[in-house]
Amino acid sequence: MTTRQSVLFDAPGPKAQRRILITNILGVLIFLGAAAFVLKGLYDQGQLAPELWSPFLTADVWQFTILPGLMNTFKAAAAAIVTSVVFGLLFGMGRLSHNKAINWISSIIVEFFRAVPVLLMMIFFWLLLGRMQIVEPADTPFYGVVIALTLYNGSVIAELVRSGVHGLPKGQREAGMAIGMTRGQSLRNIELPQALVAMLPSLISQFVVILKDSALGSIISYSELLRAMQIYGSAGPILQALTVAAVLFIIINFTLSWVANWLSRFLGSRTAGKTKPISAPPVAAKV
Amino acid sequence: MDSLSEYFQSYLTALETYDVVAALWVNIQLTFWAGLGSLVLGTVLALMRISPVPSFRWAGAAYVNIFRNTPLTIIMVFCILVAVFQLQLNLSSDFDFNFFLWAIIGLSVYHAAFVCEAIRSGVNTVPLGQAEAARAIGLSFLPAARLIVLPQAFRGAIAPLGNTLIALTKNTTVATVASVAEAAGLMKTMIEFRPDVIMAIFATFALGFVVIVIPIGLLTTWLSKKLAVAR
Repeated sequence: MTTRQSVLFDAPGPKAQRRILITNILGVLIFLGAAAFVLKGLYDQGQLAPELWSPFLTADVWQFTILPGLMNTFKAAAAAIVTSVVFGLLFGMGRLSHNKAINWISSIIVEFFRAVPVLLMMIFFWLLLGRMQIVEPADTPFYGVVIALTLYNGSVIAELVRSGVHGLPKGQREAGMAIGMTRGQSLRNIELPQALVAMLPSLISQFVVILKDSALGSIISYSELLRAMQIYGSAGPILQALTVAAVLFIIINFTLSWVANWLSRFLGSRTAGKTKPISAPPVAAKV
Repeated sequence: MDSLSEYFQSYLTALETYDVVAALWVNIQLTFWAGLGSLVLGTVLALMRISPVPSFRWAGAAYVNIFRNTPLTIIMVFCILVAVFQLQLNLSSDFDFNFFLWAIIGLSVYHAAFVCEAIRSGVNTVPLGQAEAARAIGLSFLPAARLIVLPQAFRGAIAPLGNTLIALTKNTTVATVASVAEAAGLMKTMIEFRPDVIMAIFATFALGFVVIVIPIGLLTTWLSKKLAVAR
């Protein structure tokens, strides 16, 4: 444990240490008391009955509810991750372009899709695709989820690409120019590769957002994990089903965040850019 | 040209039948109350996370890690299906208002985790030397916090807090699962009943959010630059 945790506090002396110890014990009691209160309330309502929880340990529930739900969540998230990275690279480079028209169009697209709620886009594309009948009617929720997630997260990734390139030391581009590269060549061959390495941790943090937002698909009847659990729980164990779904999401996202942090330390020495995961502002910092 | 004006006419009749502004107003109300709720809860959590007491720090970290990694949709569904329908925790005898209050609670609980991290990152922008200098000129804990550390911390927290507020504004659409009469639900209804003007309907709602969100972004960016601590 480091001696100094925060800018706010000095290293505690004996008296302060005693006070901290007493508050600590008090804190433990308060939190345990609060947890006991909630559990008691749930117990009185019969929510802790073992027969409500045990189904989630059986192979049947995993085989027919949880795993198919998880598969669909991963399917939508994986498709959205691939397409939004492509979208982000395309429009991120567009925003870095010195061609006024390309720059302008990319900026408008990126700023627009970052300002519109994902759920609005999901509902719109789901109903639009259903109306245009260009995909199987059963697949419209899937495409709705993927398109909406791509437009929003792709725009955020475009912003990450831009800030990643801007975060590089100026000397990198100047060196490219000095050996006779054009701006585009130096962007593609020198700046982008380093920026991509630098933005990898932030990119993975964005994947967490994609995975979380894929749960919005349940609203447009995409049978991902949340919806599968909701349907299963509607017969009775709804609290239990939703809790299991939440725990699964937490485990997956926590692992991804951990990977992002680990990568940021690992990659720190391999690029001239900053690797600390940052989240791009969700909307226009400067238009 | 005729078909264009016809399209516009039918778009106008759709606008007359449904009150878009009222729905967006509900989103703004949700944003305001949930913003207030998450600011209070998030500040308490941030204080816990930066306190020297291990159990407080641990509880704050646990809260943030749990709620930041749970989809908001699950929290919202939980509030409605579990808290209201199964456990009968009613906050108001009025059916709709009860859902409205639960939507605010769901939004607050989720975004408090992000507010906490925003405030904490604000505290982290203050260099250690500032606290050491405060100690060196003889300020004790409270004056040092009040005069030196917190004023700088709050300024550093404006930009991330603004980002959280924008995310909250957009996330109020998820309250549609709590059957609150807000924009996403109305858009779905409008498209279902007036599919002929689907494009115009989406454009209307999207622009509505752009108009709400962009000023918040510009304002917080301006504030964070104006109040930035020059170091």
